[in-house]
Amino acid sequence: MPIEQFKLEELIKNKFPNANILVEDLAGDNNHYSVSIESSAFNGLSRIQQHQLVYKSLDGLMDNELHAMQLKTKGTE
Amino acid sequence: MELDENTKTQIENMIGENEVFLFMKGNPDFPMCGFSSVASAILKKCGVNFGHCNVLDDEKIREGIKSFSNWPTIPQLYIKKEFVGGCDIMKEMAESGELIELLNTRGIETQIS
Repeated sequence: MPIEQFKLEELIKNKFPNANILVEDLAGDNNHYSVSIESSAFNGLSRIQQHQLVYKSLDGLMDNELHAMQLKTKGTE
Repeated sequence: MELDENTKTQIENMIGENEVFLFMKGNPDFPMCGFSSVASAILKKCGVNFGHCNVLDDEKIREGIKSFSNWPTIPQLYIKKEFVGGCDIMKEMAESGELIELLNTRGIETQIS
């Protein structure tokens, strides 16, 4: 079950206020996204921890509503 | 997502018996998903021997591995029993040279092709 791009953006923005966020719909089908997030919330975390934080913020969306999400995360330090 | 003891032991055995191990969809010669395809191509390019498990063959492993590593997607790479990441992290680490470095510091032989 796909999710609309603005909804995904909103969801991420809510969880990561003040972050630089770029969401791209890769296939134009609301189901394959590329997401880049630059946030101070990632400072001091390993890459795995950063991605886990994002997955957690999506509340089980991943793998259910969302089939594929390319993820890039970066701290602000 | 549930992880029963049996499945957990199975996973631990797989990552224990193989220094480099990839949970993927399909197998390295016939990946069944674009992300798994990229992941196994990266490992092949590093020239390391790696074990793999096709999660499409076993629903328990497919769901269990997600709880095991607290990671919602496949593929998943383990090096010396340690979870390294999924496709995106592998790609970044391969591009920056970190992956080869990690393999080498863990004493795993690589041969970049």
